[in-house]
Amino acid sequence: MSSTAFTAKHAMGRRVVGQALVAHDGFSARYDLNRLQGVFSRPTHKLVDQSYVDRILVLDTAKGGVATAWMLHEMRSRNMVPSAIVFNTVNTILAQGAALGDVAMLAGFDVDITAHIPHGAMVEVDPVTHTIRVLDGVDPPPVEGVARVHGPR
Amino acid sequence: MKLNEEERAMLAGELGSVARTAIEHQIKVGAFFGATDFVPVTQAHVMADTESLGQAGVVWLERLADAKDGRVRIPTITDPRGTDFDKAAMLGQADWMLELERRAIDAFTRLGVSMTDTCINYQTVLAATRGEHVAFGDTGVVIYSNSVGGARSNFEGGPSALSAGLTGRTPRYGYHLDAQRNATVRLRVDWTPTQLNDWGALGGIVGRLAGNYWQVPVIEGLDRAPTSDELKHFGAAMASFGSTALFHLVGITPEAARLSDVGGDRLPVLQRIGEADVRALEQSYAVDSSIDVVVFSAPQLSLYELRTIADLCEGRQFKKPLLAVTSPQVKPDCDRFGYTKRIEAAGGTVLAGMCFYQSYAREMSETKGWKRLATNSAKLVNILGGYGYVPMLASMEACVQAAETGELK
Repeated sequence: MSSTAFTAKHAMGRRVVGQALVAHDGFSARYDLNRLQGVFSRPTHKLVDQSYVDRILVLDTAKGGVATAWMLHEMRSRNMVPSAIVFNTVNTILAQGAALGDVAMLAGFDVDITAHIPHGAMVEVDPVTHTIRVLDGVDPPPVEGVARVHGPR
Repeated sequence: MKLNEEERAMLAGELGSVARTAIEHQIKVGAFFGATDFVPVTQAHVMADTESLGQAGVVWLERLADAKDGRVRIPTITDPRGTDFDKAAMLGQADWMLELERRAIDAFTRLGVSMTDTCINYQTVLAATRGEHVAFGDTGVVIYSNSVGGARSNFEGGPSALSAGLTGRTPRYGYHLDAQRNATVRLRVDWTPTQLNDWGALGGIVGRLAGNYWQVPVIEGLDRAPTSDELKHFGAAMASFGSTALFHLVGITPEAARLSDVGGDRLPVLQRIGEADVRALEQSYAVDSSIDVVVFSAPQLSLYELRTIADLCEGRQFKKPLLAVTSPQVKPDCDRFGYTKRIEAAGGTVLAGMCFYQSYAREMSETKGWKRLATNSAKLVNILGGYGYVPMLASMEACVQAAETGELK
């Protein structure tokens, strides 16, 4: 496997591999998600109705309020959390949430990362090297939009 | 990060497991943002409604409290709760929600946190002053304190704000640094709002134009100094729409007596904003004329806002529920001055210590059949779409009238 690796200024967490959900849009766990069903629920979000569970989100920026700092931890407790979140720019809340919720995170690239990672591609996020790369030769499963409910509340 | 002797002792567990847990979290965050050291803070404000915490967050708090080897070192207060216990039945909230809230309150209290349950502490508890380093955990509180007060805080989510309370410090990055406080976006306003919904809409437009947490808008052109309530709505919406933590109003906010004080003279005017832009944003939410509920919340209402609502309620009988949410510090005066009585005589409800969107809003919608919601809070309309509501932004007067007629004009 080989492809271009994009290097982030900021990184946290463990190496993960997974399917990328990509959009030039923002992210807030409170504003954008139905956290019980594990899907984007905000009608105007570009990923509306898509499941984020175990996916690698590649998005433009963190939005809104402070709730995500707790919510990623709560989502992790029910095994309904993205594997990693990758941003062009991140705010303090998302980083704090990633720290408590043990979600891998990269932020701050020289390019618009949402324009360089194909939606649905299999990618590797490696916070140790601060990189995200598309995994060539790995067929991704179709991106689903079906909501599922997992885990105890 | 460079640690002093006390910080090293905390990290080593010499000052208890609670302090160690707190500083470990803070170091993780500080290292992510390249903080070189910690800065002492004077007060902390913790966001912790149990819809956000969930069972997992409450258990995390309880474990800290059960350790019995650490309490907050500085005044540490809280953002709104997820309920007004006196009105929980009226809101259709389930027993498990209330039980989770009680457990969270107990754990916070055992850690020494003061349960102020407010997002308007800068109006009602203790406003942070210019240059004061704090750890505040509500976006509206941070943007107001940074911009109007000249204080210094990042958005500190619940775990980070609590950690700051437990250690008395926070990583020195972002808005604690001089370099981060210069303007990066310059805007010109051609029209000065008069209604709170318009101030919020203007704030939302500025937030969208700023675009992310690290952008600092400087705004010229207002023809007067806004009131505290106007700045409250303006800032809260800006923070919500743009994740903005600091703005400057030339000649009004303390760090921008002149445009050049914040480097704004070196920036081109990105955009001019007029009344038409504000109306356009408001109109974008006008999708239905019938409403199910009117909510005044986000931020909590000041005494003056409640006075205005009470005046508007005079002689009316509401067909639809009207909720007016304030802080526990304001509610006694609201009662004492007769505002509560007048609002409730019309059929409205005054709630204290909570915030609508932090109170299991989706479940409330399903239980109460509330979908089409009228409010004068731009912040609230920005948030509630994701909770399944159809939120509509209008003036306070139009909202009160809608509660009477069921129709928003």
